[in-house]
Amino acid sequence: MKPSPFSYHRPRTVEEAVELLGALGEEGKVLAGGQSLVPLMSMRLAAPAHLVDVNHIPELDTVAVTAAGVRVGATARHARVEKDAAAYDAAPLLRQGLVNVAHPTIRNRGTTVGSLVHADPSAEMPAVLALLGGSVELRSTAGSREVAAADFFVGPMESALRPGELAVAATFHRPPPRSGSAFVELARRHGDYALCGVAALVTTDHDGAVTTARVALISVGPVPVVVDVGAAVHGTGTAFDTERLAGLLDAAIDPEADIHATAEYRRHLAHVLAARALTEAHEHAGPTRDERAS
Amino acid sequence: MTTEALVRVAFTVNGAPYDLEVPARRLLSDALRHDLRLTGTHVGCEHGVCGACTVLVDGAPIRSCLVFAVSLEGAAITTVEGCRNAEGGMGPVQQAFQECHALQCGFCTPGFITTVTAYLEDHPAPTAAEAREAISGNLCRCTGYQNIVAAVQRAAEIKWGEGA
Repeated sequence: MKPSPFSYHRPRTVEEAVELLGALGEEGKVLAGGQSLVPLMSMRLAAPAHLVDVNHIPELDTVAVTAAGVRVGATARHARVEKDAAAYDAAPLLRQGLVNVAHPTIRNRGTTVGSLVHADPSAEMPAVLALLGGSVELRSTAGSREVAAADFFVGPMESALRPGELAVAATFHRPPPRSGSAFVELARRHGDYALCGVAALVTTDHDGAVTTARVALISVGPVPVVVDVGAAVHGTGTAFDTERLAGLLDAAIDPEADIHATAEYRRHLAHVLAARALTEAHEHAGPTRDERAS
Repeated sequence: MTTEALVRVAFTVNGAPYDLEVPARRLLSDALRHDLRLTGTHVGCEHGVCGACTVLVDGAPIRSCLVFAVSLEGAAITTVEGCRNAEGGMGPVQQAFQECHALQCGFCTPGFITTVTAYLEDHPAPTAAEAREAISGNLCRCTGYQNIVAAVQRAAEIKWGEGA
């Protein structure tokens, strides 16, 4: 349970980091929080020849809230994003998702951007980005490019990041006014990977009737599965038709069986958890602060 | 076998400064135990699941088996050896663990002590449910957790006045 030897690099600026990554190409791997990478290395499932440690680049340790949403820098820890009051105000789903990420101790070191790049189909934060929309900023010696959330997750443990690139930040869009969100999941043990998890985002009109409803599901496909479930909203706009919801979900998800659960059980969980998440999200949706004041 | 290159790193452990030269792949848990001979930090699963190796980095609990020592340049690390009181006796969490009989074999205990020490800084009066949540990342195979939950609450009393 010890990692194999590697060469270590400790750049102090983003420029220095991308120079290194550019020169190292396929041989180089970025070390941020390391909460997924280090155990993989200890189990010898990963053995990068070079690690570029970005933890000592101050400009990457940022959480900024703008009109568009929340921009999270590459080394901002999950715990910092979770506790950021302005980020919660702008996009409550961030915190709602983060409290399900492993344990507080892991969140103290693990980074949100690292979780996106790792692209585990069971991870919460890729689903949060996929549902809220937004983008990931990638930097290399060739310049910068911004990849939209919808294009960022390519397959299990595979993101759009190319060798030589550094993910410097991710932006999570602010949901529209009168939106509510929720994240529910089920794991065998507290803090374990979810057998299935669902993030929900519901937007209502001035009377509280649902106008749009979408979910993102984890652990039931190769990447977070985003489903528009607007067609499952009852005519009154106040509740969801569970049968129609199940039909919409079944058409989108492709759960697999493993030692923890059968595919059928995961499908069942997707139906139940989506209904639960949508109901909770709808409860959180409501008039904006300005509307309440008037 | 070729000799591995050594990387220099400086940090403090329990207030004392250290300047080390270690292979880049040296986990913090091994650096503490083997290089600094601070064997209070226990190594259980070595892949971040059991919590036995938990230490505080700049006050926040992290798994020392999930970080490379060289990545902690400039950090202030606290191990279980640093969780004692100002006079060198048992700290509030250690005292509560003794009073409540919150350990049996003791292997997991250093990870609980560090985790709870940090937790109490912002949680002066945890309920039993909150205490359970606070220790949810630490595994104990002996106690069944009941006495550990009680010790978290007792430690809060000791630390924050009542019953000190």
